[in-house]
Amino acid sequence: MSRSPSALEIVSASRWRMAITLTVLMMAAYFGFILLVAFDKTLLGTRLAPGLSLGMLLGAGVIVVAWVLTWTYVHWANSHYDRALAELRK
Amino acid sequence: MTGGVGEPNAISIGFFLAFIGLSLGITIWASRKMRTAEHFYTAGRSVTALQNGLALAGDYMSAASFLGIAGLVALSGFDGLIYSIGWLVGWPIVMFLIAEPLRNLGRYTFADVVASRLRQVPIRVAASLGSLAVVSFYLIAQMVGAGNLIRLLFGLPYELAVVIVGAVMLVYVLFGGMIATTWVQIVKAVLLLAGAALLAGLVLARFAFNPLALFSEATRLYGDGVLSPGRLVTDPVDAISLGLALMLGTAGLPHILMRFYTVPDARTARTSVGYATAIIGCFYLLTFILGFGAMVIVGRPAITAVDAGGNMAAPLLAAGVGGTPFLGFISAVAFATILAVVAGLALSGAATLSHDLWVHVVRGGHSNPREEFVVARLATVVLAIVSVVLGIAFKGQNVAYMVGLAFAIAASANFPALVLAIFWRRLTTAGAQWSMIVGTVSTLVLIYLSPAIQVDILKAASAPFPLRNPGIITIPLSFAVAIIVSLLWPVATEQEGFVALERRLHLGVD
Repeated sequence: MSRSPSALEIVSASRWRMAITLTVLMMAAYFGFILLVAFDKTLLGTRLAPGLSLGMLLGAGVIVVAWVLTWTYVHWANSHYDRALAELRK
Repeated sequence: MTGGVGEPNAISIGFFLAFIGLSLGITIWASRKMRTAEHFYTAGRSVTALQNGLALAGDYMSAASFLGIAGLVALSGFDGLIYSIGWLVGWPIVMFLIAEPLRNLGRYTFADVVASRLRQVPIRVAASLGSLAVVSFYLIAQMVGAGNLIRLLFGLPYELAVVIVGAVMLVYVLFGGMIATTWVQIVKAVLLLAGAALLAGLVLARFAFNPLALFSEATRLYGDGVLSPGRLVTDPVDAISLGLALMLGTAGLPHILMRFYTVPDARTARTSVGYATAIIGCFYLLTFILGFGAMVIVGRPAITAVDAGGNMAAPLLAAGVGGTPFLGFISAVAFATILAVVAGLALSGAATLSHDLWVHVVRGGHSNPREEFVVARLATVVLAIVSVVLGIAFKGQNVAYMVGLAFAIAASANFPALVLAIFWRRLTTAGAQWSMIVGTVSTLVLIYLSPAIQVDILKAASAPFPLRNPGIITIPLSFAVAIIVSLLWPVATEQEGFVALERRLHLGVD
């Protein structure tokens, strides 16, 4: 059953590639943080400035990563994905 | 000093009555627009991206996260942040894997998507099992929380508070359907964000608007430990397990998934998750400030004197920085929060009972829209009565594990079948059905055998199952069941349906 992929299959593959890459990045950031909390409490307690520990900075960082990845997807989908879908609808 | 918490005060009752008045006004307005089951479940699919973003945030930011996380931060510092993050990171997953396919493939419930190229009856029954379990445990936790909270905030008896919540929720959903429920969520989300932002602003004003000065003051009073990980995460396996359930459970909560049917198209669904992620992240960062504010300004002894769990930290802080009027406002917002979340849950439960079970199982898919509309409203009445009865039955019991249980079932029963139905050509009816059944049952059994029930509630010395959160076992198990059953007993006709599904998934039906 060898045939060239249809236009829809190409769009679908690029959509899932993007989705899975971003999902893996989000999981890596979050579970990396949890594992640090579990295994190296002293490191996360390191004081960077009065009132600021490394753990708090990284924790806020995970929230920022969630925002950036979400924004990345919306930006990609609004331009590339929607344009490809518009082509398919023609 | 309790700052007036727990005494019925005219200002908080005034704010509360104003919210009830406004929300009932919305319900009357919505009831004039609600003619069909389509309006009841999906608000006529006319909700905008920003409106849906706020409504998603409103459905998700429960009183447990507002009062609970602020209290957890006030009593244990950094550890509260771990929960906040866990509750946010599910949203990007909803965005990448679920929101757009769900909008394009379904009509009213997530079971529509799973069943779209599989056999209706087995899928609907299995999906209802998981959905109703999630909705019931979530509802019990909210009702018991409402009863306790209202007793603490207004001094009303527990039973009366539960009946009020059940009755007001019934009015919203029964007469206003999804239109009223969405607007109640939007009003509540705006009030909650404004209240939290104002409170955080009043706290930071005392520290020259420098959060680090607030955190330094906390370390001066309570030691450096408040800024580093404490006792919340001791067992890494349990921590990962909880993290998985929070992250993937968000993408399997029926009342959240249902919101994607209220927007006109997939692009709007996508944008609305972007708004929701931004709003919810800001909210959790604010609760972190509020927790430290309460720790420093109110003080831990005063917080635990009112409620040992710390749930009154945010209201006490409001009394401390803004006096009785601000306490009244925050108390009313907390009550509004519970009402809105309960209404969203009841609506999704009603959709499962009427659309999945009545129309597709009892009637074999041949019900007319008029009948479905009537059944959906009857189901709402039944759910309201059941939730009031359960709320009273669980009075005085420790229900802290129930929200975690709801997330664990959502992650183990709903998420795997939903993702595989969207992604995987070879998924069969039997695979999806058994994945959902095994996901629900294994989660229930393992929670029952866990320390959360055996040690905390039944007072046994130890528990047969060591983890408090079964997600790390049950989520892979549910995926494995779906994959193994589908591969062992392949169904060629069901695989052929995938081509059409893929087309609809990307291009929509409209």
